[in-house]
Amino acid sequence: MIVEIANMLLGGLAAGMVLFIVSVGLSVTMGLMGFVNLAHGGFAMIGGYVIVLAMNRLGVPFVPALLIGFIVTAAVSVVFERLLYQRLYRAPELDQVLFTIGLVFIMIATVTLAVGPETQPLTLPDSLQGQLNLGFMAYRTYSIVLIAIGVVIMLGLWLGFERTRMGAQIRAAVDNRRMAESLGINITRLFTITFAFGSGMAALGGGLGAEFLGLDPQYPLKYLVMFLIVVAVGGLGRITGVFYASLIIGVLDFTLKKYLPQGGTVFIYAMTIMLLLWRPQGLFGRPA
Amino acid sequence: MIKRILAASAALALSAALAQAQSVKIGLVAPFTGIGAELGQQIDRGVEQYLKLNADKIKPLQLKIIKRDDKNPSGADSKIAVQELLTQENVDALAGWIYSPNAIASAPVVTAGKKLAVIMNAGTAHITTMSPYFVRTSFSMWHAGYAMGEAAAKQLKAKTAIVGYSDFPPGKDSLAAFKRSFEANGGKVIDEIPMGGAGQVPDFTPFLQRAKDKKPDVLFVFVPAGDHALAVTKTYGALGMKDAGIKLIGPGDITQDIKLQAMGDAAVGLITMHHYNADLDNAENKKFVAAWKKDYGPDSTPDFIAVGAYDGMAAIVHAAQATKGKMDADAALKALAGWKYNSPRGPISIDPETRDIIMNEYLVEVVKGKDGKLHQKLLGKIDNVKDACKAEKVGPCAPKS
Repeated sequence: MIVEIANMLLGGLAAGMVLFIVSVGLSVTMGLMGFVNLAHGGFAMIGGYVIVLAMNRLGVPFVPALLIGFIVTAAVSVVFERLLYQRLYRAPELDQVLFTIGLVFIMIATVTLAVGPETQPLTLPDSLQGQLNLGFMAYRTYSIVLIAIGVVIMLGLWLGFERTRMGAQIRAAVDNRRMAESLGINITRLFTITFAFGSGMAALGGGLGAEFLGLDPQYPLKYLVMFLIVVAVGGLGRITGVFYASLIIGVLDFTLKKYLPQGGTVFIYAMTIMLLLWRPQGLFGRPA
Repeated sequence: MIKRILAASAALALSAALAQAQSVKIGLVAPFTGIGAELGQQIDRGVEQYLKLNADKIKPLQLKIIKRDDKNPSGADSKIAVQELLTQENVDALAGWIYSPNAIASAPVVTAGKKLAVIMNAGTAHITTMSPYFVRTSFSMWHAGYAMGEAAAKQLKAKTAIVGYSDFPPGKDSLAAFKRSFEANGGKVIDEIPMGGAGQVPDFTPFLQRAKDKKPDVLFVFVPAGDHALAVTKTYGALGMKDAGIKLIGPGDITQDIKLQAMGDAAVGLITMHHYNADLDNAENKKFVAAWKKDYGPDSTPDFIAVGAYDGMAAIVHAAQATKGKMDADAALKALAGWKYNSPRGPISIDPETRDIIMNEYLVEVVKGKDGKLHQKLLGKIDNVKDACKAEKVGPCAPKS
């Protein structure tokens, strides 16, 4: 019984961590800039492709490939932000939605043309494959590694957000942008850096999660709803909120698929609707 | 209206064929782009290899292949492609169909078009009952599923099984076939797990975890060949199910030759039932595989889809020769009833009653060869297997009265 519960928790937590790593950037950019960036999953896909192609075609090991994925995707996103996103910061939300969803289609078509329509296989290093003995039971090594990575990223982000000058500036801008600007914070620069960082995190998520979510050109649309649910439930701009929301959704989704495979994902959507009716600002967000 | 257009154009096609009796136009429908492009390529190359290796059997006829992309398993695009081939290109015969939903959606158009239509892959059992012009040279899910149920109970000595399947027509077919024969031979299916759809590859962890907790002797899996099969095998390995004593078994779709090497060591010990794998030891297959590797590279390999296409072309050529290139549908069907052929998969024939294929099924195990690559080792063979769904008149396979 304990083993069964542990199985469920570990499987669900690992899935939740992938959601967290991909979605945290989305939460911050949406919270900070008030920008509805539906192309966020596209950056996760670009990052995933950079990582997998670096490994498969250039023979780069897993960890350096993750770094390359982070850096390349962050750099690409800066170009996009400067050239395109910036023009729409003050635009109505519908314009932002139309623009970013169009960008998703362009990303999908570009990747299909350049690499092909098939799923890209990610081969984990031998040390991350197989089972890890936890004493009372053995479990998939990679799931446990993912949980550890997720916790480390969570702590790092929390410290960075709460304890650094940059973090204080972002928090100030999320809470009251005009006041932050009048205090001399360079919002344009802050936006660019945050956007690049958020996209880089998405890239990490795309690579780390490829084992579970797969990686093909349809990726940004396939998981868009999941990412948005996490952000909506967690609350905009709240890192701890996104963390808890990811874990709750990961574990619930895993448990329901395991015990009620006939129901599919219906329960997650139903619960999200109920939850948002009850708390429109999300579980961990502050009332507007 | 459409029927009238179709009938008119079919008549037109017939007169065109009469005018130049030596030339036979074949419309080939398969996914050449999109998620199934890799599978469409197998059809394309299977056809190409038949034409190359059997040039003398085609003379004096001239074959013209017209390809149409049906893109995805939705059905709609395939139906349009078939309609265009019949009405605009005036083809003498149709061939192809990777996905069952596409063959199912095309069936009414095929019936209205009155042309021989050879199914080269789509494996849902009852498809051949949906149009009198369908002839199948691939397989039905019941060929492998039904044979595997018996082999699991008798040869693998399994008492309990769990079936995991992709939730679409061939998945349900495979489940029904396996369950029927496994339970008829004393086994018990203790759980049936729908594992997402065919359109995209899900994370299989929760489904396989559920199966692992229930500790069956065997886990019978049907998922579409390709990336689904790759993901299932990897997850099976990562969850340590092999060490827990649960054997992974299934139809050969899950050990498709073109994906086998990418599965890695997790696939070793996997036991499947199928009508073809590239390691089959017979003269026809050796010739076929050697020609394939010569043309498409040493790492390329044909798989069961390519053989379905190869044999499909053989069937069309036989019908064309028997009708002297006229390809009158009724005469072509008559020529193919009971037709026998020596295929790379072994001897095959077309069942005159059902227009479906009769062939051998092979029980194989994945082993690691001396060359470091994965191979499929023969454990047993069953001769002349018919589609059990139609033989036993189960569900939608029962003849409509």
